[in-house]
Amino acid sequence: MTSVSPAIEQFELDYAAARKSALRMNFLSSAVFAICFFAAAWIGGFFDMTDVTLANGERVSMWKIWAGLPRLGEYLYKTLPVLHWDTLGADLANWFWRWKVWLELLIETILIAYMATLLGVFGAFLLSFPASRNLAPNAIVLNVTRRYLEIVRTVPELVWALIFVFCFGVGPLAGVLAIGLHATGALGKLYSEANENADMRPVEGIKASGGSWFDQVRYGIVPQVIPNIISYTLLRFEINVRASSIIGFVGAGGLGQEIRVAMSLQEYTDLSALFLIIFVTVILIDTISEKVRHRIIGLTGKGV
Amino acid sequence: MLVVEQLSKVFGDLTAVDGVSLAIPKGQLVGVIGRSGAGKSTLLRMINRLTDPSNGSIVNDGQDITALKGRDLRLWRASCAMIFQQFNLVERMDVLTNVMVGRIAHTGFTRSMLRSFTDADRARAIQALDRLDLVPQALQRAGTLSGGQQQRVAIAKALVQNPRIMLADEPIASLDPANATRVMEALREINRTDGLTVLVNLHTLDTARSYCDRIIAMKAGKVHFDGTPEALTTDKVRAIYGTDTLGDDINEAVTSTSLQAASSQPPKQAVGA
Repeated sequence: MTSVSPAIEQFELDYAAARKSALRMNFLSSAVFAICFFAAAWIGGFFDMTDVTLANGERVSMWKIWAGLPRLGEYLYKTLPVLHWDTLGADLANWFWRWKVWLELLIETILIAYMATLLGVFGAFLLSFPASRNLAPNAIVLNVTRRYLEIVRTVPELVWALIFVFCFGVGPLAGVLAIGLHATGALGKLYSEANENADMRPVEGIKASGGSWFDQVRYGIVPQVIPNIISYTLLRFEINVRASSIIGFVGAGGLGQEIRVAMSLQEYTDLSALFLIIFVTVILIDTISEKVRHRIIGLTGKGV
Repeated sequence: MLVVEQLSKVFGDLTAVDGVSLAIPKGQLVGVIGRSGAGKSTLLRMINRLTDPSNGSIVNDGQDITALKGRDLRLWRASCAMIFQQFNLVERMDVLTNVMVGRIAHTGFTRSMLRSFTDADRARAIQALDRLDLVPQALQRAGTLSGGQQQRVAIAKALVQNPRIMLADEPIASLDPANATRVMEALREINRTDGLTVLVNLHTLDTARSYCDRIIAMKAGKVHFDGTPEALTTDKVRAIYGTDTLGDDINEAVTSTSLQAASSQPPKQAVGA
C-alpha cells in the first residue's frame, strides 16, 4: 500500500463527512418538496372527484380533471369558425365581421401598453437606485422605496384599473395609469437587482474623485446597467401589451371590453378572432423587440 | 504638509490601523510597504476619506480633513486624487469621459447628469491624456484598453482633478513589469514636475527603494519603520514581513517588477547577502 500523507488522509475523512451531510440535505429537501407539492395539489383540488352521468344513464364518481377535459375541447370547438374553401373570403369576412372596431381597439391597446411602459420606466428608473441595497443612502430611504415598489406591484393591474376607473371614469386613461403603476413596481424591482449586481469599483472611483451620490450613480452604475434596463423594458412592453388587452374587462380601454362582450353574449367565434389578433400582435412585438434588444446590446460603443 | 495624528480604524474586532502618526512634507514621494492586511490600504483610504477614521485626525496645510462634510468633503477628495489597484474606471464609457469625470467635483448637477462637460474640462482632459501618451485611445471604451493603459487613464483622471496630493493604492500590483515601470515613471514624473506629494502603497520592495524618497513600513496597523530607502536594512525587512516562519531571507528579485532586476540578477541572490 502506498503511504498517504496525513493531510490527504484528513481530507478523505472530511470529504466523506461533507458528502454524507450533502446527501442528507438532498434527501431532506426532496422530502420537504414532495410534501409541499402534494399539499398544494390537495388544496388546489387536483385530487377531487365529481359525479358524472354516463351515456347509459349510470351515475359514477370520476376524477374531476379527467371528467372536465372533454368540456375544454367542447369550448374550444365552439370558438372555431366554419370555413369553406369555396366561400373562404365571405367566411373570413364573417369571422372578422367587426374588424374595423377591433383594429381601432388594437391600436388603443398598443398605445396603452406604450404609455404605461413609459410611465413605468420613468418611475422605476428613478426609484431603483434608492431601492438598491448597495446604493441607498440610508436604511429608511431603502425601506420606504422598496415597500412602495412592493405595494404597487403586489396589487394586480386589474385591481388598479378598477380603482382608476372609479376615479377617472371609463376609458384608456385608467388603463394607462393602472398598467403604468404596476409596471413601476415590477421594473423597479428588476432594475434595482441589476444595480445590486453592478461592479462597485467604478462607483468608488467616482466617489474618490469627489463625485456626489448622483454622480456616482450617473457614471458608476448607469453605464453598466443600461443593457439590462433596455432588455427588461422591452420585455415589460410585451407583458404590458398582454395586460392592456384584458384590462378592458373592467372598462379601462383596449380590446378587453370586446372579449367581455363576446363572452357574455356567447359569441364564440368572436373570441377566437380576438384571440388570434392578440396572439399575432404579441408574436410581432416579441420578434421586433428581441431584434431591437440585440441590436442595442450589440451597440456597446460608448455606453450611456 | 500633511499631518496624521494618532489615526486609527477599527472594523469590528479588527484594528486595521492602530494609532498612526505621520508628517509628510509637500512634494515627497513616499512608499508605504508591509504585509497584506497591515493596514496600508486603510491608511490611504482614510486620508482620501473613502473610509472614515475611528480615531485621530488628518490635517492638511492647517485644514482639518477629519471634520469635512458634504461639498467640502467632495472638494477634498478631488484635491487628494486616488489611484486604485483595479483602476476603478467606468469600463463601458470612453477614455476621454473617464478622464473628464476627474472634474466632477467642480461640475454642476445638471451638467453632470447630462454628461456635458465644459470645453475647458475637455481641453484639460486631452492634455492630461497627451502627457500619458493616450490621446489615440481617447475615444475608445476604457474596458478595451490593457491594464497598463487603464492605470495611465486613471492617472490622467487624477491629474485633471488638479490635486495637491496623489494617493496610489498598489497601482502596479495587477500589471506586468513593463507596464509597472511606465506607471511608476509617470508617478515620479508627476511628483518631480508638478511638485505633488505622492503616497504609494507597494508590494515590491525594490520598486519602493528605487522610486521613493521615503519608505514607511506598516505592521499590524502600526508604523514599524519610517526613513530613507538606505536605512531599510535586511534585518528591518525581515522584521516587517516576519519571515522567521519561512526560515529564509526575503529575495527582492522574486517579487521584482523591475526589468533589469528580473534579467540580470541570479534568482537565488538574497538582499544584502
